Amino acid sequence: MKKYDVVTTISYPKKGAMGKTGNWRVFRPILDKDKCVKCLRCWIFCPEATITRHKDDSVDIDYVYCKGCGICADVCKVKAIILEREGKKK
Amino acid sequence: MAIKDLPIEECYIPGSAACPGCPATMALRIVYKALGKNTVKIVPACCTAVIESLHPYTSFDIPTMNIAFEAAAAGASGVEAGFRMQGKTDITVVAWAGDGGTYDIGIQALSGALERNTNFIYICYNNEIYSNTGIQRSGATPYGAWTTTTVSGKTEFRKEMGEIIQAHHIPYAAQACIAYPEDLFKKLQKAKIIHGPRYIEIMAPCPPGWRFPMEKTVEMGTMAVETGAWALYEVENDKVTFNGRSKLIMEGKVERKPIEDWIKYQGRFRHLFKPKKDIKRIKAIEDHIDQMWERYRKCYL
Repeated sequence: MKKYDVVTTISYPKKGAMGKTGNWRVFRPILDKDKCVKCLRCWIFCPEATITRHKDDSVDIDYVYCKGCGICADVCKVKAIILEREGKKK
Repeated sequence: MAIKDLPIEECYIPGSAACPGCPATMALRIVYKALGKNTVKIVPACCTAVIESLHPYTSFDIPTMNIAFEAAAAGASGVEAGFRMQGKTDITVVAWAGDGGTYDIGIQALSGALERNTNFIYICYNNEIYSNTGIQRSGATPYGAWTTTTVSGKTEFRKEMGEIIQAHHIPYAAQACIAYPEDLFKKLQKAKIIHGPRYIEIMAPCPPGWRFPMEKTVEMGTMAVETGAWALYEVENDKVTFNGRSKLIMEGKVERKPIEDWIKYQGRFRHLFKPKKDIKRIKAIEDHIDQMWERYRKCYL
C-alpha cells in the first residue's frame, strides 16, 4: 500500500478497522445452498458487505465480520437463510 | 435493471464501526458501486464520520475528507476547484452528509454551492434524526416522533428539502430509498454523467434511532414508500418524474397504505398507541401526507 508523506493525519484502508466485528453477533445467519435461488437480495442489502458474491452468483457469508443483524434472513424470499443463536448446542 | 447487473466491486471494507443493520453503509455500498473508484468523498460530522473507524485505519477504500458539520458543500466546492485548476476533470466529487448536516446545519453551505453551480454530487442520507450524537430532533423528524429532545413527540412537521432544492433549479435532483437499490443505482449513474450541481436524498431508516429491530431496516424503507411518507422522484431540468411505487401512487393506480401500518412498528411512535391510541395525532400525520400528495399531483401531474 502506498503511504503518503504529508503533514495531516491520514488513515489507510484495512479490513477489520474496528477489529473482528463478528464477535458482536448474537444470532448467526446460516445459508442453505440447496434452497438458494441466487436472487442476490442478501448480497445487495447486507450493510456490512460480509456476503461475498462469486462469479456464478452464488453467495457465502464471512462470519469473521458478520455483525448478525439478520437483514439477509429478513429479505430472503425463499427462506434460504435462517438465524440461529450463537453457541447453541446441537 | 436487476440486482444481478450491479457491479461486484466493493469499496466498503467489512469490519467498520457501524451499528448492525445500518442503512448508511447499505447506501454507501451502492453509491461506491455506482460512482466507481475515481471519486473523492467529503464527510462532515455525521454517523459516517464514525463508521470510517479509528485512526490509523479506515473502512473506506475511497479518498475521504472529514470536515466541520456545516461545511460539507463548502468543502466539496474547494476540492472541486482544486481539481479543476489541476486539470483533473474526470474525478467525481461527492459530499455525503446526514440530514442534520443538510436540513439544519449545512443548508447555508449547500444553498451557496448549488447557486455557484459547483460541479459536484451532494448526497444526503436522511434518517430523520441526529443519530450520531444520540437521537436529537432535526428538521427532518416527522410530526409526533419521539426523540431525546422531543420526549412527548415532536410538535412540528418536517420540512420538504426536495422542494427547497428544486427552487435552486439545478440540473439534477432525486429522492431515493435504501429499500430500492436498483432505483438508487440508476439515479446515481444518471447523476454521475451530468455536469453541474446534483442532489440525491436517500431515505435511511435507523434501527437504534427509530427504535425498531435491526433486521427490519429494509422493510421500514419499503413501508415508507408504500405508505407515501417518502416519495421516489427525480427532477431533471425542472421536469419532475416519479419512479416505481411512487409513480403508481401518483397516478392513482394503487392506493397508498395507511400511515399506521408504518408507524406502529417504530418505537419512536409508541406513545401514540400506548396506553391509549392517540387518534388525533395519527390523523394529523395522515392529513399531512395527504396534503403532500395533493400538492405533488397539483404541481407535477
